[in-house]
Amino acid sequence: MSKLILNRLLLGVLTLFAVSILIFVCTQILPGDVASAVLGQGATPEALVIFRRELGLDVPAHLRYFNWLTGALHGDLGVALTNKRVIVDEIMPRLANTLFLAAYAAAIAIPVAVGLGILSAINEGKWSDKLANVVTLTAISLPEFFIAYLLIIFMAVNVEWFPSLSTVYKDMPFAERVYQTTLPAITLTLLVAAHMLRMTRSSVLSVMSTPYIEMAFLKGAKRRRVIVRHALPNAAAPIITVVALNLAYLVVGVVVIEAVFVYPGLGQLMVDAVSKRDVPVIQACGLVFAMVFVSLNTLADVLVILVNPRLRHKR
Amino acid sequence: MKILGHKPTLSAWFGLTVMAIFIFVSVFTPWLAPYGQSQNVGGTWDEPSMAMLMGGDQIGRDMLTRIMYGSRMTIGVALAITVLSFLIGIVLGFVSAVLGGWVDVFFTRLVDVMLSIPGLIFALIILGVFGSSIPVLILTIAVLDSTRVFRLARALGMNLTVMEYVEAARLRGEGLWWVIRREILPNAWAPLISEFGLRFCFNFLFIAGLSFLGLGIQPPYADLGGMVRENAAAINFGMMAPIYPATAIALLTVSVNLVVDWMLSIDARPSGAQAEL
Repeated sequence: MSKLILNRLLLGVLTLFAVSILIFVCTQILPGDVASAVLGQGATPEALVIFRRELGLDVPAHLRYFNWLTGALHGDLGVALTNKRVIVDEIMPRLANTLFLAAYAAAIAIPVAVGLGILSAINEGKWSDKLANVVTLTAISLPEFFIAYLLIIFMAVNVEWFPSLSTVYKDMPFAERVYQTTLPAITLTLLVAAHMLRMTRSSVLSVMSTPYIEMAFLKGAKRRRVIVRHALPNAAAPIITVVALNLAYLVVGVVVIEAVFVYPGLGQLMVDAVSKRDVPVIQACGLVFAMVFVSLNTLADVLVILVNPRLRHKR
Repeated sequence: MKILGHKPTLSAWFGLTVMAIFIFVSVFTPWLAPYGQSQNVGGTWDEPSMAMLMGGDQIGRDMLTRIMYGSRMTIGVALAITVLSFLIGIVLGFVSAVLGGWVDVFFTRLVDVMLSIPGLIFALIILGVFGSSIPVLILTIAVLDSTRVFRLARALGMNLTVMEYVEAARLRGEGLWWVIRREILPNAWAPLISEFGLRFCFNFLFIAGLSFLGLGIQPPYADLGGMVRENAAAINFGMMAPIYPATAIALLTVSVNLVVDWMLSIDARPSGAQAEL
């Protein structure tokens, strides 16, 4: 089992490595010149030469990639083009904000979605299950900002329970921070909970069609007991995968939500950088997002290996 | 009434009707819209009235007119993206499945790596370097989205290439394209069509989300996501302005999803192509 886990961790590192190459290729090597794209059509040739040198574009590509990667591994992501700030110092507090919001949403979404998903599977075909199907299908197909603005109208404008903008600052008391970020957290919860609920339900139901479950029914066990005692331990693996997938989605879905609530997170930083064409910041944000995403997926796979009852005993 | 030889459910009827209205309005926008798309007819966020059924937008243009033009733009771009993504994904997916070997390994690994970064982040990286013009948007999102089509097409192709009739075609010396076009594609239509609906929805939301972030379709073109962003400030005064375009987006995506849900439920017969998905 430890060999399996080690393999999986190695694969995660390899994926990250491949992703870093992909990000680098997209930003630096694809046809088209970053310098002229950023400076625009009216740039003089002299300005282009100076700007290229500043970007380090006069160095061969493989050396630039190597420098960038070793820098990133040592916690040095370079300097922003537009305001010359050190990128790591800008990213860190914002990453903390984003992760806080994502964790807050996950703390609500996971128990609710997994619980309701299992309930839905227990009540398969009853009206509550059908209702859950229609509601979740609708929630999945709605754009993030639609849910966000509806929540603002009803919970921040009509009744002033929560602020419509989530202002947070350094050293803010925890309770205050939680209060300020409640609306974005609810929006995120609605987004991912629907998906999690549907997938939890279908993975429990797919275990339900196996022979040993039929056996359990035939010996006279109640439906509720069969699901909780027999089906759940084997459905745990797909549920964990689903949860991790949605957590990864949460960290990305945050980009739009942050824009709605003007929340100072990593997504906002990246969107700003994209509209200013600040390539080093874009690269850095992309890398950090990819890192969070890949780590969550790797973590899920490791957990799946750990909870799998069939891998617990030595062969 | 029957469609495709089946009777739609109530929710499918709702979806089909809304889709039909959107398509009709998008095609005939210039003749249906009450005003010009950049014509100022009132004040900022005017209340809805008989002259302006949904009121005005942030600089006094007619909201209903803007939504019509916006739907036309956003639907058009999303459709272009989805068609292109299916062209890329289906061709590469089937080629991978039929040829196998290093071609298959190369494309599968490439897709694995591309899928290990979230699409939005990837799109932001590329838009940051190339700027967001409509061709760049279409090409970027189509390539990103084609990874998912590739996986489906490859899985379908894998199930079909082992069929006797495909082997027979190969043995009598038919080329790669003939096999794909005449033997594989006709047997893979059904799952591909419902996937087309889902991918369209996803791309529609994606482009609307990018425009909402200010990185998608740029003014002066009207588009639904951008309209939500432009009118967002109205929400703080308790006005519904950004809700209208957001509702248009929501209505269309919910409808397409309802129709796809119905199509999947009639298509749930366990044929060889469907079973592995």
